[in-house]
Amino acid sequence: VANDHEVREHRDVNAQDPLTPVTGSAEVAGVIAPGHTFSSVTQKISSIVLTRPTPLGWWLGFGLAFFLTLLLFATLSYLVVKGVGIWGNNIPVAWAFDITNLVWWIGIGHAGTLISAILLLLKQTWRTSINRFAEAMTLFAVACAAIFPLFHTGRPWLAYWLFPYPNTMGVWPQFRSPLMWDVFAISTYATVSLLFWFIGLIPDLATLRDRSPSRVGRIMYGMLAMGWRGSAMHWHRYETAYLLLAGLATPLVVSVHTVISFDFSIGIVPGWHTTVFPPYFVAGAIYSGFAMVLTLAIPIRAVYGLEDFITMRHIQNMAKVMLVTGLIVAYGYGTEAFIAWYSADKYELFVPVNRSTGPYWWTYWMLILCNVLLPQILWFRRVRTNVFVLFVLSLVINVGMWLERFVIIVTSLHRDFLPSAWGMFQPTFWDWSTLIGTLGLFVALIFLFVRFLPMISIFEMRTILPAAKVGDDLGAT
Amino acid sequence: MSAPDGSPPVSKQRSRFWRTLDERIDDPAFQQWLHNEFPSQVEAIGDPVQRRTFLKLMGASMALAGLTACTRQPPEKIVPYVRQPEDLVPGKPLFFATAMTLGGIGTGLLVESHEGRPTKIEGNPLHPGSLGAADVFSQAAILGLYDPDRAKTLTYLGEIRPWSAFLGAINLALTAQQPLKGAGLRILTESISSPTLAGQIRHILQRYPAARWHRWDPASQDNAHAGARLAFGQYVDTQYRFDQADIIVALDADFLGSGPGCLRYARDFARRHQPQLAGRMNRLYALETMPSLTGAKADHRLALKPAAIAGVARQLAERLTSLNGAEGSNAQPRSDSKTPEPLSTEQRFIEGLVNDLRAHRGRGLIIAGDQQPAEVHALAHAMNEALGNVGATVVYTEPVEAEPVSQLESLRELVGEMNAGKVDLLLILAGNPVQTAPVDFDFAAAMGKVPLLAHLSLYEDETSALCHWQIPEAHFLEAWSDTRAFDGTASIVQPLIAPLYGGRSAHDVLGALSERPERSAYDLVREQWKVDPKDDGGWRQWLHDGVIPNTAVARKRVTPSAGVGVAARGPSSRPAATSPASASAAGFEIAFRLDPAVLDGRFANNGWLQELPKPITKLTWDNAILVSPATAARLSGAAYPAYRGGEHGTIVCDVFEIRSGGRTVRGPLFAVVGHPDDCATVHLGYGHRRGGNTARGLGFNAGAVRRSDALWSTSGELVKTGQTYALACTQYHHLMEGRALIHAATRAEYERDPASMHEEAGPEARPARTITLYPEYKYDGHKWGMAIDINACIGCNACVVACQSENNIPIVGKDQVLRGREMHWLRIDSYYAGPPEQPDTYFQPVPCMQCENAPCETVCPVGATVHSHEGLNDMVYNRCVGTRYCSNNCPYKVRRFNYYLYQDWETPSLKLARNPNVTVRSRGVMEKCTYCVQRINGAKIEAEKQGRTVQDGEIQTACQQTCPAEAIVFGDLNDQNSRVSRLQADARNYALLGELNTRPRTTYLGAVRNVNPELGR
Repeated sequence: VANDHEVREHRDVNAQDPLTPVTGSAEVAGVIAPGHTFSSVTQKISSIVLTRPTPLGWWLGFGLAFFLTLLLFATLSYLVVKGVGIWGNNIPVAWAFDITNLVWWIGIGHAGTLISAILLLLKQTWRTSINRFAEAMTLFAVACAAIFPLFHTGRPWLAYWLFPYPNTMGVWPQFRSPLMWDVFAISTYATVSLLFWFIGLIPDLATLRDRSPSRVGRIMYGMLAMGWRGSAMHWHRYETAYLLLAGLATPLVVSVHTVISFDFSIGIVPGWHTTVFPPYFVAGAIYSGFAMVLTLAIPIRAVYGLEDFITMRHIQNMAKVMLVTGLIVAYGYGTEAFIAWYSADKYELFVPVNRSTGPYWWTYWMLILCNVLLPQILWFRRVRTNVFVLFVLSLVINVGMWLERFVIIVTSLHRDFLPSAWGMFQPTFWDWSTLIGTLGLFVALIFLFVRFLPMISIFEMRTILPAAKVGDDLGAT
Repeated sequence: MSAPDGSPPVSKQRSRFWRTLDERIDDPAFQQWLHNEFPSQVEAIGDPVQRRTFLKLMGASMALAGLTACTRQPPEKIVPYVRQPEDLVPGKPLFFATAMTLGGIGTGLLVESHEGRPTKIEGNPLHPGSLGAADVFSQAAILGLYDPDRAKTLTYLGEIRPWSAFLGAINLALTAQQPLKGAGLRILTESISSPTLAGQIRHILQRYPAARWHRWDPASQDNAHAGARLAFGQYVDTQYRFDQADIIVALDADFLGSGPGCLRYARDFARRHQPQLAGRMNRLYALETMPSLTGAKADHRLALKPAAIAGVARQLAERLTSLNGAEGSNAQPRSDSKTPEPLSTEQRFIEGLVNDLRAHRGRGLIIAGDQQPAEVHALAHAMNEALGNVGATVVYTEPVEAEPVSQLESLRELVGEMNAGKVDLLLILAGNPVQTAPVDFDFAAAMGKVPLLAHLSLYEDETSALCHWQIPEAHFLEAWSDTRAFDGTASIVQPLIAPLYGGRSAHDVLGALSERPERSAYDLVREQWKVDPKDDGGWRQWLHDGVIPNTAVARKRVTPSAGVGVAARGPSSRPAATSPASASAAGFEIAFRLDPAVLDGRFANNGWLQELPKPITKLTWDNAILVSPATAARLSGAAYPAYRGGEHGTIVCDVFEIRSGGRTVRGPLFAVVGHPDDCATVHLGYGHRRGGNTARGLGFNAGAVRRSDALWSTSGELVKTGQTYALACTQYHHLMEGRALIHAATRAEYERDPASMHEEAGPEARPARTITLYPEYKYDGHKWGMAIDINACIGCNACVVACQSENNIPIVGKDQVLRGREMHWLRIDSYYAGPPEQPDTYFQPVPCMQCENAPCETVCPVGATVHSHEGLNDMVYNRCVGTRYCSNNCPYKVRRFNYYLYQDWETPSLKLARNPNVTVRSRGVMEKCTYCVQRINGAKIEAEKQGRTVQDGEIQTACQQTCPAEAIVFGDLNDQNSRVSRLQADARNYALLGELNTRPRTTYLGAVRNVNPELGR
């Protein structure tokens, strides 16, 4: 196979003279550290996968995550054998950790799509070094999320009945149900995210194929690269497809969590039946998503020495996004309480009172602390540039966003209309093992991802080199 | 290449057309390729005959493949009836009349039988003690019949023996007794009203004149008998005519919830408690310790410590009986009330009550509770006599029970003789005296001194363990017998099924003592009732009707002996220190009561009853030390509600030790609103060590501190132990939180404006019908609806058990109730209104509302819950995948989810108990009330066969059918004249959570309290 990719690289290199790198213009300053060339970028990113020895920390981390993944599998197997009763759900709290986890994971996924699609369309070049693993994070988060709509059902082996397929029973799903809409929203989201991620990977897979020292690697990456040769036509089609997918993915950023929020806002449960939910859920999703990106990016860039690519500008920008979305979420909390009072409806009015003073009061105040109060420190540049503080804060926000969903779901359900039916939810060991198990699965997948795929887009990183800027100007017009 | 079977090569067939040059030249390589590409049948496709063979073969193999895919059928031989039993149409149930005896009183029942297996128990409309209603015990007896834990084998010291061995052993013992005239023979039974059984015992006592018959039945009316004896010098039964009574005073009498005739009384009471009767609406006063169903229904309730009740009764008697002498001096007590200092609550209550009774002479009714001492009963008799109620609202009759005795004395005598070594052979026919006898009798120790003990019982219980012979008892649905209702009306108890475990009835065991042990109970009963073997007509009619006509006991004209007047008036000058109970009035008191679900423990192994939320407390699977919230707070040192855990499900309580008379027992402390301070109520019937897997280990045995000198109340103290215990409670939150869930008014308010009770709910409770996105449903045929009268509902739980039995509802066990996963489709919510010390209690049965705009229907993703063309919210079990969204969106929370496989799919005997017309739900599906859709469809099919429409009242839901208070009415809302349509048009009608615009089909009729204007709210 002719290595056109290498040819292109050489052509680029020849045109720009890699030996005398152009120091960055003001526009790209901070997105990539100065001093990098095309080959150094390629070398640095691909070496993590291809040549550098697997660090012991990777084995330990992956081992732990894999153990937790096994815990998840064990839990789910036990759940299928025994029934969803192994969780603490009851009547009235028929949804608890399961749907909390679903919404949380789906929300986390949103940052990836936002970074890759919307920021691409808005030509925010700083997205380049974080979009690949943000997308991977999206995909893995959706995979974790998808476990819950399936396994929270009483009879998971029949959950495929939620899909509209022609069947001998002559029965279609019930299209008025928001759960039905969820099926479309989540499956579309998963499909588009996967395609987007995979298509974005193809040029880099070809690079890995070409640089892989092992035969197995060449075959595997070769198959995944789908015959990419880097011809102009390939690039043209790639750009078109990528842009189209970005366009497709963009509404999904808004639509998926909007539909998820319909699960609640369509319901009549006080505390669910709220029109503010769609925007507030989307903002919350991006909020938690960026928190998760930071949670992952900060240790990874330290471990793999990627401070050159994931610079303080990225970190700062993400912190700013968190600050903004955090404020939107805080506004949402305020609106909920205000509308409850403004509606003068006794059931609605009871919700904020019960949340803040009822048996689950501490979850509400923890949520306010984690999502509203503590993130206010992001107003300070010194905080935004302190990766350790940001890492801790991102964890806090992740916890806060999980609590938010818990508060919405459980504290609304546990005391609804008839006081006689009021009840409490107590999580069981299996509730925790499912949650922790999905965390394990997520982390295990991330570990595999950083080990076997380029976690930063090589070719896109090269396009933001100052050298490429000149090349683009020459070639584009 | 030619085909192997010699058919012509393909190329010959298609010689005119060719696709490739290879084919044209008939290259063997091409033939080879073609054969490889389309193997084996390529030739056949070209050949019409071959193709048909091929299709045949394929068809046959598909069919065979289909057959092999079928589940292997178990090798069961299906034998058709050689002779088809008369009236038996497979798939159509038959109903047989029988009766169940409890505490010596029979209740007439109809038992539904599917192909020879009884599946459901209902009340017998022709029976005076039932009128079609059935209580929780008789309905749950169906589960008791099929209980896999029942005693199954006749054992001697734990080893299985044949019946003949028992007969041999008994004969040996009797032969030894012969010269002694039976001096060492003792028979211990429960209260017996069966004429046949009583006749058998009398016969044995004739044979062995020195033998003795003792009785001990914790569910009997021992104190009532003693009271009658005190008042009249003889045993008489008291019957009440609630249809004649305007003013009813219950002195710790739970006539709605327990005791003889409670079903009948509940109906008569509820019919007179209707606000539309205006001046004829009755008024109920209750004076009691533990809040009971009667107390909850009372228009005025006074919470009193156990010892204080007798004192108040004395005060009442003083005021009312003195009236006899001073008829004209009506104003005298009024002048008393003008004393300067304000009257206490108690005094005001008594004042109002006395005046009310005086104003309704001959139409009042004073009832003393079975647990009250004889003195209170005597006082009640005296008051009824003085007020002229006797003959009008109170009727005295010969006792229904055969030869009543003082059971406590009877047992005391027996234990004394056992300890003295005078008893050689003791037959215990039913009952569990080791567990139920007063603890100071130490019945177990006394049993050790008897050489031969035989015990007949349904379960191998604590008594069985200490007996030599354990005889498995035949369930009342398995054996012939007879019994008498509260008014004496006799019924034949006819069996529905042969004994499942080879059980024997009391008739068989007593027969073993007679000369002719081989005589069957059937013969004995027929002999007792002098049935002419040649003319079976009357006998068949008795069996069909379930009653033997004109057998009610005769009325008796008795007058209180002179001593009673003295007894009533004498001590009243100082309401203290005559009865042992009142001596302790100042200290902490402990009252003993039979458990509302398991009585004295005889139903402890019945899962339906154990999981039945007990009235008022809503506890399941346990008993508790019940105290007032203030006392609980004082004892626990924590503010009320002193619970940790949920409002529904787990209630973690402090464990306290009851110390009384030198004995102790530990139990969890549970606060009950309306209970008087500084006293506790404990329920008997728990703390079993044997007697079935369900019963064992539940609760604590309150009998451990119950002495013979203080059977129903004693002094004692509660000591905190520092331990905690989780109680499974299905409703802990009884406050309405300012939500108009119960619409209630006083009678005065109601008469001013019947709709006034809806004011609190406001106009938004009746939203405009146009507020919906979806088009209105059209109902061309039927449109089912239900109306539940909160004013009538007495909260007795009968409907809950009826629903459970009719709809194959599983029990889930205590650990699942702790998690809030009980499965009852119909629950009875109770709410309090008014001050916490003197609350008004309201019961609200909540089945599925079958909403017109059902929130559940729109959110199910697979369409497993759908609106039927008759307005029901149908649940399609096999379509349900179990997302539980419907339950979340149900504002009434009436949907129940099978979190596990709750239904027992394994135990063979339990399978027999199921209703074949209702799906047995599996794990992972949602279920809920269907308005008994199987009954609706059954009636519709029947009507269609007869070419007519379904008549109003033809379909009765299970809950409606069994309701003693007739609180539930079901019918067709399209029929303007149906009862349910008329009730829904009533001014009291309202929709629960109507403001949500769910437009429920099940609506409620608000409650009206007939408040005495003198007492006020």
